[in-house]
Amino acid sequence: MRYSGLRVIGEGLFGNKGWRPAWRDPEPKAEYDAVIIGGGGHGLSTAYYLAKNHGLSNIAVLEKGYLGGGNVGRNTTIVRANYFLPGNQEFYSHSLKLWEGLEAELNYNVMHSQRGLINLFHSDGQRDAFARRGNAMINQGDDAILLDREGVRKHLPYLDFDNIRFPIYGGLLHPRGGTARHDAVAWGYARGADRRGVDLIQNCEVTGIDIQNGRVTGVQTTRGAIRAKKVGILVAGRSGQVAAMAGMRLPIESHVLQAFVTEGLKPVIDHVISFGMGHFYISQSDKGGLVFGGDIDFYASYAARGNLPMVEHVMEAGMTLMPMIGKAKVLRSWGGIMDMTPDGSPIIDKTPVEGLFIDCGWNYGGFKAVPASGWCMAHLMATGESHEVARRFRLDRFATGHLLDEEGTGSQHNLH
Amino acid sequence: MRIEGRGLIDRSRRLGFRFDGRELEGFAGDTLASALLANGVRLVGRSFKYHRPRGVFTAGSEEPNALVTLGRGAKQVPNVRATVQELFSGLDARSQNRWPSVGFDLLSVNDLFAPFLGAGFYYKTFMWPRAFWERIYEPAIRRAAGLGALSGETNDDAYEKAFAFCDVLVIGAGPAGLAAALAAARAGADVILADEDSRMGGRLLAETEEIDGKPGHLWVDGVLAELAAMKNVRLMARTAVVGAYDGGTYGAVERTGLHLADAPAALPRECFWRIVAKRAVLAAGALERPIAFPMNDRPGVMLAGAVRAYLNRWGVAPGKAVTLFCNNDDAHRTARDLVAAGIEVAGVIDVRADARPGGDFPVYPGARIVGTTGRKALKAIEIQTVNGRKTIATDCLAVSGGFNPTLHLTCHMGGRPEWRDEIAAFVPKPGAVPGLDAAGAAAGRFTTAQAMADGARAGAEAAEATGHAPVALDLPAAEDAPLRVQAYWEVREPGRAWLDLANDVTTKDVRLAAQEAYTSVEHMKRYTTQGMAPDQGKNSNVGALAILADATGRGIPQTGTTTFRPPYTPVSIAALGAGAQGMGFAPRRLTTSHGASVARGAPMIEAGLWYRPSYFPLPGEEGWEEPCRREVLAVREAVGVCDVSTLGKIDIQGPDAGRFLDLVYTNTFSTLPVGRVRYGLMLREDGMVLDDGTTARLGEHHYLMTTTTAAAGQVMRHLDFVHQAHCPDWDVRFISVTEQWAQFAIAGPRSRALLDSLLDAPVDPAAFPFMGCGAVAVMGVPGRLFRISFSGEHAYELAVPSRHGEALFRDLAARAEALGGAPYGMEALNVLRIEKGFITHAEIHGRVTAFDIGLQGMMSTKKDFIGKGASQRPGLSGEAREQLVGLKPVQGDKRLSAGAHLFTPGEEVSAATSQGYVTSVGPSPVAGCWIGLGFLRNGRARLGEMVRFVDHLRGQDFLCEVVGPVFHDPEGGRARG
Amino acid sequence: MRIPCPICGARDRREFYYYGAEDYLDRPGEGADPSAWDDYLHNRANPAGVTRDLWYHDAGCAAWLVVERDTVTHEVLGAELVAGRRAKR
Repeated sequence: MRYSGLRVIGEGLFGNKGWRPAWRDPEPKAEYDAVIIGGGGHGLSTAYYLAKNHGLSNIAVLEKGYLGGGNVGRNTTIVRANYFLPGNQEFYSHSLKLWEGLEAELNYNVMHSQRGLINLFHSDGQRDAFARRGNAMINQGDDAILLDREGVRKHLPYLDFDNIRFPIYGGLLHPRGGTARHDAVAWGYARGADRRGVDLIQNCEVTGIDIQNGRVTGVQTTRGAIRAKKVGILVAGRSGQVAAMAGMRLPIESHVLQAFVTEGLKPVIDHVISFGMGHFYISQSDKGGLVFGGDIDFYASYAARGNLPMVEHVMEAGMTLMPMIGKAKVLRSWGGIMDMTPDGSPIIDKTPVEGLFIDCGWNYGGFKAVPASGWCMAHLMATGESHEVARRFRLDRFATGHLLDEEGTGSQHNLH
Repeated sequence: MRIEGRGLIDRSRRLGFRFDGRELEGFAGDTLASALLANGVRLVGRSFKYHRPRGVFTAGSEEPNALVTLGRGAKQVPNVRATVQELFSGLDARSQNRWPSVGFDLLSVNDLFAPFLGAGFYYKTFMWPRAFWERIYEPAIRRAAGLGALSGETNDDAYEKAFAFCDVLVIGAGPAGLAAALAAARAGADVILADEDSRMGGRLLAETEEIDGKPGHLWVDGVLAELAAMKNVRLMARTAVVGAYDGGTYGAVERTGLHLADAPAALPRECFWRIVAKRAVLAAGALERPIAFPMNDRPGVMLAGAVRAYLNRWGVAPGKAVTLFCNNDDAHRTARDLVAAGIEVAGVIDVRADARPGGDFPVYPGARIVGTTGRKALKAIEIQTVNGRKTIATDCLAVSGGFNPTLHLTCHMGGRPEWRDEIAAFVPKPGAVPGLDAAGAAAGRFTTAQAMADGARAGAEAAEATGHAPVALDLPAAEDAPLRVQAYWEVREPGRAWLDLANDVTTKDVRLAAQEAYTSVEHMKRYTTQGMAPDQGKNSNVGALAILADATGRGIPQTGTTTFRPPYTPVSIAALGAGAQGMGFAPRRLTTSHGASVARGAPMIEAGLWYRPSYFPLPGEEGWEEPCRREVLAVREAVGVCDVSTLGKIDIQGPDAGRFLDLVYTNTFSTLPVGRVRYGLMLREDGMVLDDGTTARLGEHHYLMTTTTAAAGQVMRHLDFVHQAHCPDWDVRFISVTEQWAQFAIAGPRSRALLDSLLDAPVDPAAFPFMGCGAVAVMGVPGRLFRISFSGEHAYELAVPSRHGEALFRDLAARAEALGGAPYGMEALNVLRIEKGFITHAEIHGRVTAFDIGLQGMMSTKKDFIGKGASQRPGLSGEAREQLVGLKPVQGDKRLSAGAHLFTPGEEVSAATSQGYVTSVGPSPVAGCWIGLGFLRNGRARLGEMVRFVDHLRGQDFLCEVVGPVFHDPEGGRARG
Repeated sequence: MRIPCPICGARDRREFYYYGAEDYLDRPGEGADPSAWDDYLHNRANPAGVTRDLWYHDAGCAAWLVVERDTVTHEVLGAELVAGRRAKR
């Protein structure tokens, strides 16, 4: 069933009884050509592109809970292509282009809003680092503008320019950066995959991975055993647990990231803004809430909730940067499980087990990657070769030293 | 309207206030909501989506409708709950989310399009034409969205944060909480009793049932008086405990100044508390829930308990002819109290067939409401009884669908509540938050007598668990009537029935979600937005869950609930971030020369938490380049002085000190002679450069390490780890002395002359060859002298105990000027070091190896050192890596900029063809042009080549020559001389 | 969250710096295989449950601690000094 404004009007005239389920709720089959473990953003987009780009629809997505119930449903919705290291640049650039056509592709309004993203800087040194980044973005064919203080003030007059502890020197503006509605992305990919024949199996937890002679043969689940010659692991913060089922230890440490939303307010923040002297980023959703977050809590955690020290640090950063948000009230906080890698960049690669593939290590930046991650993981699973824009996301790069360390903080998982 | 002879308000104190421009009056003790109702104001806002008229619904912080904006200009506060806001003289409130007025709101036209604006409609449309989403649809949606507005202006209101510690935290001061606090306090435990209301007592302030033969509020007053007199009790009213965190930590917000007309500027508006409690009792009561029925959202429809509270606590009757709709016995109390106050009760519509007549008012058992009329205020209801349909004129409908224990805090750590069929409600799962025990209505024990007994039990247990023997508590006589609730969620008749009043989510929306496969409760909530409004589902969660359960053929327990997360009630960002506005965000670290630098007009710039002078302008100089050039030349030709105290200094002592340094540096320090200084390279264990600096050997077992300013803390932590983790039995100790010593660079051909004029003894060249160090005295003050150079000139660094720093700097600056030199700041420092190819953290940015900066020769092959193993990974060296080079523009007037990328001339400019990037630049008097340092792929093999310098951001594109990074005195003779 | 520093007592999490898993204590010896360094620096068991990780009492006594914690419930089970548990090298 195709969505459109006319359809909304038509169905509305008849009591909305004609709307069909966005996806089926099938029983898992005994065997598929490929099985995707994890029904989050990346798992669903992988399934979609396996069907769309590679004609493979005899596949199943196995989700432990409900579709999109993990990080894709609880992030701060930022979409950007402002990475500067080769290996990352081309990937996120590709992802952003996919975002730009996503509503049409999925026939689902993911509300992609390219309102502009500004990274503020507060010293000459920071400015220089952002200049390197901005130039890298333009080299990649993406967009960046270096703003000085007055340039920032024109866009963001409500920042504290006069009394702030770390004065604003300027900002790097990424006009094509912005936000999207996170649930819609997961649901859009789910519906699209389902329409193409992919089985989306919810409430199905994978409890074991079957391996014979170094080859994957299937999985064990709470809804029975399923055979498959290709299995993809896309479970983000739970990568360590699932990979352990295949006897693997990963370069991943799971951490909690908190995020916050305020009560709905009339439009007051039109951009995505990040602070340079304390990890803090903020935007305003289409429902009016200010959506913001900061650093991970810094200690390994699977609790999907954090503690007050980081809550307060995020709020403090907000108050120093834009004190006018002080009268807004935090309505809700939440947390997710982040799969942190030693260089802060992801892994989309084969594993030592033949037929077993893994897509993980997104740290807390996985939302913007949903389209390209699926695109590239599908390519890898279908052809056995890495896609061109993801070929540096190797599992062995930590051993060989071909790191993609955007933060420059080294092999400490929680510093990325 | 106001009722005489009822209420706990102070009628002797009249308070004038304004709502939407209307001048009105209330009394001390009123909330804004009770005062509005007393004045007959029924319409206070508009719903989010359909902009339907909204009136006051509850009497507490769970209020979904009566959200107003308080104040104007920078003081403006949006989304204030009128039910919580205490009235004060001059209060100025405005309704929200309506234009031009709450009575006539143009966007109420949305309501006409309701069939097309159901759950999730925006996911199915607004996609075509593509450009329209961002240009037209989204801006329109954003303008229509949101409730209140921020002013966009900064204000200076004070906020505070504090810590508190106790044995037992009692959350809620109703009957259960008061009993718990009494039990714990009498046992001797340190007790904090917190209640979000302005006045303690909970439901006892709103009921006419007596406690021990007295009005409930008098019993409350007696208990509070006893508690207030106890030294081990702290009473915190106006304090909402909003979050349960690890380790017995609770977040709470105290409204310290929001209720005052003329609060002193220094009084914080709010205080955010971190309360650490060994045990806690959740005595937060239970929240009443409504029933969904057609057109149930009109102003005048309220919760039955709220109507009773307005009557008994505030002396306000919300209507003249009140009806009730209920499924339990508690609602009948509202009817009884109304009648006793002389208010007409036009009917109690009770869905239970066995509903008992409760007093002098008509009761319709086994009946339900099938419709209502009255757009801006309720006018009438239509009911279906066992005898047929009937219309009843009414201006206030009090609804009660049962009670939900206020168990949110028990779910803040991931716990899920448990369903109890017998009370048709969720109750907390015991132990879900370690140390937190629910008591009273919060645990599903709804009668007053049960609440008191349960509170006393919980308080005693908490006291005992914290080492205080409980004492017996005599509980007063209190009502004990069971609720007799029959689960009833919706009236299934034509017409929209609201669940979420603020977000306009109806039962149809929930059924539509189920129809479209959004069947998990999380999917339903996100798809319909039920529960995402300011009340966070307090008034709709259970109802929506029940509808979803019905629509999907599951029971309520199987359908589950969504999670509850902090904060229980919304908390202002200003309170959570108190103290951080302006300069409070981080400490300022000032050097001893700060005052003198400022006095000389130096702009002070941030270097981490430190402030350092950028340059020292002379009269007539404009901008930074002129003073920078002058200062660079002063150093190269005469003598300059610069405060370098901010660099980390770590004092390392012990027989194993040299051995320890050999482990942390790539090169060797155990062989360093006493009285000498050596440049050291320090790697992280992953083989990347962590820091560089010089370390001096002051004695056989005594070294002094310096670090960069940026990495001082990181290096200290690293040293502590290496020592404690890898060689704890080595006899070495170290400590930071960064702040203990003020240190100044004295650099230039006349530096020795300056020192000879200053030190107690002239500098002995034999004692201080290049890279020598030792003790000296400055006017009798013991100091240290290091002959090291970051400028490339003959130079020293002189250190004295910090308390002498300011005096020394002033003296050094004067002497330098007398010798034709000058103090110099960060700009000059930077140019000087770039001219020498010395690196800073602009170059060692965390991804750089010793190989990259040409120092692979410093990696000892004879010993182990931190980073050695990992540095041997193939990816960390080789031709593909970008190596440190110098850059000179071919055309002398070009100004280099850091952040530019480098390309091979003739190649297309793209990410794939980038050969490297520029890290540091400056105008070099030595080179006669701007110069730079950067990293170029296989750079050391490309000296003499041309590269294309491209800075898109500044519009620069020109050729540069690749040179070695040392532009001045490559042999190093000037520093060594 | 409170960490029980053996020297200072139970102190708020704010006073500490978290490094990572206790794997960092087993530094490969000189000349060790590159795979040993890869494991040491990168690969982790990352359990959902009881773990032992390294915390530095930054704003206190500067002691490095091995803390036993549950990563699912955040319960802190105990802490000991890093320096105390290493045998002589």
